[in-house]
Amino acid sequence: MAENSIVIKNVTKQFKVYFDKGQSFKERIIFKNRNRHEDRVVLNDISLTIEKGQAVGLIGHNGCGKSTLLKLMTRILYPDKGSIEVQGRVSSLIELGAGFHPDMSGRENIYTNASIFGLSKKEIDRRLDDIIAFSELEEFIDNPVRTYSSGMYMRLAFSVAINVDADVLLIDEILAVGDANFQAKCFAKLQEIKSKGTTIVIVSHSLDQIEAFCDRSVWINDGKIVADGVPREIHLDYMDYMAGLRNEQQKKDKAREKKNEEKKAEEEAEKKEESKRWGNGDAKITDVKVLDGDGNEKTVFHVGDAIKVRIAYKVNKKVEDGVFGIGIFRNDGVFCYGTNTRIDRIERFDIIEDGVLEIEMPKADLLPGKYLVDLAIECGRGIPVDYYKEACVFETYSKRGDSGIARIDQKWHMPDNIKNS
Amino acid sequence: MLKEIWDYRQMIISLVRKDLRGRYKGSVLGFLWTFVNPLFQLIIYTVVFTYLLPSGIDKYYLFLFVALIPWIFFSSAVVGGSTSILSQKDLVKKIYFPREVLPISYVTSCFVNMLFCFIIVFAVVLISKTSVHPLGIVYLPVVMIVEYFLALGIAMITSAITVYFRDFEHILGIITMAWMYLTPVLYPQTLYDNLPKQIKFCAEHINPMTSIISAYRRILYDGSVPDMSTLLEATVLGAIFIVLGFLIFGRLKKHFAEEL
Repeated sequence: MAENSIVIKNVTKQFKVYFDKGQSFKERIIFKNRNRHEDRVVLNDISLTIEKGQAVGLIGHNGCGKSTLLKLMTRILYPDKGSIEVQGRVSSLIELGAGFHPDMSGRENIYTNASIFGLSKKEIDRRLDDIIAFSELEEFIDNPVRTYSSGMYMRLAFSVAINVDADVLLIDEILAVGDANFQAKCFAKLQEIKSKGTTIVIVSHSLDQIEAFCDRSVWINDGKIVADGVPREIHLDYMDYMAGLRNEQQKKDKAREKKNEEKKAEEEAEKKEESKRWGNGDAKITDVKVLDGDGNEKTVFHVGDAIKVRIAYKVNKKVEDGVFGIGIFRNDGVFCYGTNTRIDRIERFDIIEDGVLEIEMPKADLLPGKYLVDLAIECGRGIPVDYYKEACVFETYSKRGDSGIARIDQKWHMPDNIKNS
Repeated sequence: MLKEIWDYRQMIISLVRKDLRGRYKGSVLGFLWTFVNPLFQLIIYTVVFTYLLPSGIDKYYLFLFVALIPWIFFSSAVVGGSTSILSQKDLVKKIYFPREVLPISYVTSCFVNMLFCFIIVFAVVLISKTSVHPLGIVYLPVVMIVEYFLALGIAMITSAITVYFRDFEHILGIITMAWMYLTPVLYPQTLYDNLPKQIKFCAEHINPMTSIISAYRRILYDGSVPDMSTLLEATVLGAIFIVLGFLIFGRLKKHFAEEL
């Protein structure tokens, strides 16, 4: 059985959130009700065991408690209930460059900074060359740190933190140090550290980073562990959940917008509409909805999901030789796709009565982004009856990193003489 | 826990060095300020108590100086030490290290400052042609170490309390002023006889600085050896405060990161 590196048992942590905290004696006495506070439970009865040498990613939306959990592991915070045991020396890449003094040289600051991680002088002496080499700051190492650029500063700080040789390395959202080259180097170094058997815990919003690096992903939501397992699988669920959240948020936004709009003078609203709509008005689009394959209203879709656009219209005057059209634009203005009933060879028809039309796209392969949909009713040879610009919007998200406008399915036929490494 | 603090000794050394180097950085006199401050205090008190309120004490400047320097160490360690955690809140909130390191570094840097000042003390002792007992010189470091532990114990308590209660720093300023006048720094201990009985007992036996200051004076002013009973009393009080300091600090430190 593998050795356990971090054992978290039934940990609960809550913070007092003060409405208006009295810091001084006078304030505490005079404004007694200023000390009103509520207890916010950040972590609720969490248990987690991490084996030695494992690399674990913590994910969750903002404020879910993942950073608090990391701080509990480093012992910056202590749990209200439960226990946390961490074996061996812990190094944290939470705050880089702790204790740097701008007037002291890079070399002196290495000593100060490393000492804060609990290294003795002898241990620092032994690592000094590695640290300097890794930071690529050989020429500047005896200059005062205040002369450094911010990139150089971070490089030095990162080099110290990563050369501590800890048994457990805790990382909070910092793999954005320096230029692309240095980042690649950091990543390689982390891989090396991992292969030496160091336990690593990362908090990150970059699921790609976690997938590339971690063997395990733990999803925390509202102070509880929701899922724990192989990063790829967990992340799919997580992204679906986040899309759901966004859907809800947008519904709320929409409701709010509606309210606001009602308040505005009707004229103004109409004016605004007019600039987005033109046509002879014989027929009019009255309602537009974006739906998923099952007919539920939705605005955020996974790439490749089915999308339906439902259009309700009313007819004022018979439209002869009618045409329905749709155009999809990315929000930066790129025209992605357009078609109409004539192009798609729907038999000639007249629009006589009010009705509801559905355009179904069973596999919408538009890559992640925000899309605006134009809808149109025309008659004859392109005379606009009702052209409705930006009639509705939707968003897409994806797990794959492919880029461009739309996904074009592909297969790679590799040459036979290539061997898997 | 003590072993952990020992593991972090390099951090203490770094912080002390940074503090001593950084304190007067950019000022013209630089490190000389370490000496200027106590020297001027000495001149002022000497003028007052020689000409304005004559005390009738022989070599008053020496009498005062050997007590004033240790007192300045003690009061600056306790008052300044009270903000040692508060002033490093970025570190405390972001990084783990034994929190004891902060007050220890602060008190140690004050202590190193006092050691530098003792260069002047020795110079003044030489100039005044006081003959110091050789055994007294052996006792001197013992007295210093006892005072160091006493100051550290109290600074740990004050630094931890100040995190939760910010007024404490200012309250401490008043307390230490009163404390100084209740300690025989400006006057000989014999004047305690003028005090009401209960206060006299407190000043003599509960105030740990009384025995420490009188020990310094016995060695450097009287040129003899400190009273064994006084020295023992100081040591016991120092030990009580250092243990108390670690216990109280240990209890309060868990919520530092949340309170800052």
